[in-house]
Amino acid sequence: MALKGNLRDFSLSQLLNLINLSKKTGSLFIESSQGLAQLAFRNGKLVYAGIGSDENNLSSILYHSNRINQSQYRVLQERITQMTDKETGLLLINAGYSTYEEILSCIQNYYIEVVRKMFTWLEGEFHFENDGLSFEEKITINLDLENLIVEGSRQIKEWEHLQEEIPSLDLAMQFSEHPDKNISNMNLNVEEWRVVSFINPKNTIRQIARATHLNDMEIRRVIYGLMQAGMIEYVHAEASPILHDRMFPTKDRQQQRSLINRIIDKIRSI
Amino acid sequence: MQNLKIVVTGPFSAGKTEFIRSISEIDVVNTERKISSAAERIKNTTTVAMDFGRITVDKDLVLYLFGTPGQKRFDFMWEILSEGMLGFVVLVDSTRPETFREARFILETFRAYAKTPYVVVANKQDDENAWDVEDMRIALRLDPGIKLVQCVAVDREKVKNVLLELLYIILEEMDAAES
Repeated sequence: MALKGNLRDFSLSQLLNLINLSKKTGSLFIESSQGLAQLAFRNGKLVYAGIGSDENNLSSILYHSNRINQSQYRVLQERITQMTDKETGLLLINAGYSTYEEILSCIQNYYIEVVRKMFTWLEGEFHFENDGLSFEEKITINLDLENLIVEGSRQIKEWEHLQEEIPSLDLAMQFSEHPDKNISNMNLNVEEWRVVSFINPKNTIRQIARATHLNDMEIRRVIYGLMQAGMIEYVHAEASPILHDRMFPTKDRQQQRSLINRIIDKIRSI
Repeated sequence: MQNLKIVVTGPFSAGKTEFIRSISEIDVVNTERKISSAAERIKNTTTVAMDFGRITVDKDLVLYLFGTPGQKRFDFMWEILSEGMLGFVVLVDSTRPETFREARFILETFRAYAKTPYVVVANKQDDENAWDVEDMRIALRLDPGIKLVQCVAVDREKVKNVLLELLYIILEEMDAAES
């Protein structure tokens, strides 16, 4: 039976648990709005993780881990077009730029980060291909899944909490009217600043997420943090109800008013 | 015969069934079942589909009161019940702050279904453990413009007051729409 479905119905941590328990070997492919991801396993252990094809090569990983500087990175990018990651790794070790342990540690941290990022994916078609391993050119690891599964479960709990706190992304936010709060004095990270720049009663949270390329969980996390800090709040104007004809058995305004007044008289008399 | 509908919603054990029972002219048609979950066993039964009460206004007009099931796993009923409603009442148990977050979730969900007028009700205000209404407003993150009405769901006068507040809001909205 094919192992395929949607993350909406079967979460990534549930998938990892299944792969771990059944000691599967093969590749899990997940296609979501955030990209196409591939996780590979050998006997239930993670050996490879990647999203898309960009920035997955060894030199990019080392550069983003601050193991090589920008000029080394540029040189490598020019030279490695025909080289596999394994060959690049050997080159770096032989040239004394890095050690085997350092490279392995960077790769492992990168793969873990990829899986962490994927835990925020709430939707996406997945399928598992048995024996779909073909990583001769890639450096693989052998990582037990248990810790990742625990982390994923924690993240699901956080997601449930955030969903309760921010049940809809179609709400707009505005800055709180606290004269004692000064945004410029607050320590915000780059992501939070980007979100703050879009806070406006005209923008829904969903629109802000789209503009800042954050997924549902990431935008909820940032918005929740800013709300907890007292910086932003829901737009009050949203509280205004709208009267529409489906509420009444008649479309005539005078008749509608008459119905309400009759109910009021009746309830007063009960 | 013309029919109008008000929905009474709120978290589990907020007092929705009692609320409708206090004002309905018929015995409330409810679908209560024994509670199986230990976590929710603070009362013996719960509403699994809906409560249903009626107020006959005159020979041509009937107001129906629909109470939603409070447990989250029955939330698929909420959208069905909210269809065509005149407005809704969100009951909150003033003695159980652990349900406030869920009350907010229910409120936002109903507002998303239909942006009709509504009132939030601080129920069980006769209990010595009841939270102060203004504290509840902060905890529930209610805008100052949202009506938060004190209530004791087993007291008919208090229930009448809640329904009247909702109807006054509807009239105010009509005035605003016309001006």
